Amino acid sequence: MTDLFERMYRGWRSFNRWYDGMFFAPYRSAVARERRDREELFLLMCFSDLLGIPNPVSYYTLELLPTMLGRFHEWHKRQGIERSPLEGFR
Amino acid sequence: MPAIVIMVLGLGAFYLGWRFYSKFLAEKVYKLDPDFVTPAYEFEDGTDFVPTNKHVLWGHHFTSVAGAAPIIGPAIAVFWGWLPALLWVVLGTIFFAGMHDFGTLWISNRHKARSMGLLSADVVSRRTRSLFMIVIFLLLLMVNGVFAIVIARLFVKFPGSVLPIWIEIPVAITVGYIIYRRKGKLLWPSIGALLTLYFFIWVGDKVPLALPKMLGGIPDVGWWVIILFAYTFIASRLPVWLLLQPRDFINSHELFVALGLLYIGILISNPHIAAPAFNHNAAAGGAPPLLPLLFITIACGAISGWHGLVSSGTTAKQLDNETHARAVGYLGAVGEGLLALGAILAVTAGLAATQSEWLGSVYTSWKAASGGAAGNFVNGLAHLITPLGIPHHLGAVFAAVVVVSFAGTTMDTGVRLQRYIVSEVGQIYNIKALRSPTLATLIAVGACLALVFGAHSPGGGVATGALVIWPLFGTTNQLLAALSMVVVVVYLRKLKRKTWPVLVPMVFLSIVTVWAMLANLGRWLFGDSPNYVLGVLGVIVLGATAWMILEAATAFAKGGAPVTEETSE
Repeated sequence: MTDLFERMYRGWRSFNRWYDGMFFAPYRSAVARERRDREELFLLMCFSDLLGIPNPVSYYTLELLPTMLGRFHEWHKRQGIERSPLEGFR
Repeated sequence: MPAIVIMVLGLGAFYLGWRFYSKFLAEKVYKLDPDFVTPAYEFEDGTDFVPTNKHVLWGHHFTSVAGAAPIIGPAIAVFWGWLPALLWVVLGTIFFAGMHDFGTLWISNRHKARSMGLLSADVVSRRTRSLFMIVIFLLLLMVNGVFAIVIARLFVKFPGSVLPIWIEIPVAITVGYIIYRRKGKLLWPSIGALLTLYFFIWVGDKVPLALPKMLGGIPDVGWWVIILFAYTFIASRLPVWLLLQPRDFINSHELFVALGLLYIGILISNPHIAAPAFNHNAAAGGAPPLLPLLFITIACGAISGWHGLVSSGTTAKQLDNETHARAVGYLGAVGEGLLALGAILAVTAGLAATQSEWLGSVYTSWKAASGGAAGNFVNGLAHLITPLGIPHHLGAVFAAVVVVSFAGTTMDTGVRLQRYIVSEVGQIYNIKALRSPTLATLIAVGACLALVFGAHSPGGGVATGALVIWPLFGTTNQLLAALSMVVVVVYLRKLKRKTWPVLVPMVFLSIVTVWAMLANLGRWLFGDSPNYVLGVLGVIVLGATAWMILEAATAFAKGGAPVTEETSE
């Protein structure tokens, strides 16, 4: 009996995996691309002051800088800039 | 003849095609290699290149290629008789579409999952890439134009479908929100969405919504077309996760449910085919000659260039193992063949009890067959599922919602793709304005509207647009398929492999399609009632194709210099 339940449970899980795949697989790249675009806009807003673009909410975004550092390096590498373009960000 | 016999013969033929012919292609022509490192592994990035389960990838591929076209084409073509339409759908799926989808997936897999356009530049010549882009843009233009009119006509004929179709939008947005924002599970919201949709089908049947017959000099069909393109403009600018993805997913459920109900309905009701095997009075009813027009009237469902675009570039990036190309590519085409076979059965067995009734009150003329194709399918399906306890009027709303949902999602995707092409042209020629998504979308939508309102049959009004655009759409789609096969043939030749399984269908399709295009061009440019919009578009498509075939013939003749085959070693 336990064996039967186990097999049913495994079948249910594999059905769910297939079902999830049917939803996510066709649009995986489009969604990831949109997510990346938003991420880059957000980073630009956070670091705009440092890039010479006035930022009216820098008082708030400044607080985010320590947590954004890792993502900032990934971002400038994605833009084809191997080393950080900003002084003090290495 | 009982419809079950045709159904069993069709399904049996598809099975044999899969069992033997696809095996032959896999082993003797494409020579699939289980050790070949697929692009999904070679370039795995978690975004575009992701090794995907074979069954998931088949489902993705099938739902991406299946749409309203394999329903509309066969529903028109049965006017020549059910036998020619059935033979072309069954043999086309086995020897043309299956081979084509499988082959384009295989060749893309062997070339870093490149799209057919890029592949043609690699295998044939650089110029062919631009020609491919032109043909694809025009194909999308026609798809959007045809489907807008099909939806508009269904809204007018089945006003009960209006409410559920527009309700599907907030329902899909809610599903997208739950899954992406609330990080919820997928299964229950989807089932909830489907049940909500079916509830509103019932409500829509009770509360039909219709526009005034004429408003400001434009008929209701024309207004629906304008509303649909306004919607498409907005929808194609929304993030895909918010509307397109969940709506597409709900549609795929509708597809499986509708196909299941159709075949179960036939099994239970066991109707007889009312249509003649050959309609000897087709010409008197205004039909063009069966040869070559049958082969472009049924495009999707027998062979379609659109599938090559999905196989290469998209599906190929997710292939877990090269041997899966057989199941994903060939069976994806078989899935669409099943839909086309179902459409033939619905319109030949579901609309009338006798041949005289079928010819006398439904398929009275070629014009009635073409203009009422989607409506005939809807009524046929509704009739075939009545033994399941679904009243005809409710079944009609259900079937109309299925067709409209498909066509609507295709329009959304089509306008998005057109926008990308416009933006790409802006990048290539450094025209900054074209790179703006809003302007690119406006150009795409504007071109579609211009086609719909500019290409209607003389004196027929916008409502007849689909009737006149359909042959050009079919021809362009088939030419695109022929071009994809050209690329596969040239590559096989360079590898010194058997080419005839691709070469023979390619030559046949090229001949009948060019023949059909020339016949249509004669009518559009020099006929009694010329249609210069379609004529000019046809000339561009034919010119681009002829040029590509010449390029390919040159590459084929130079076949002595083999390419370096990428192998597992």
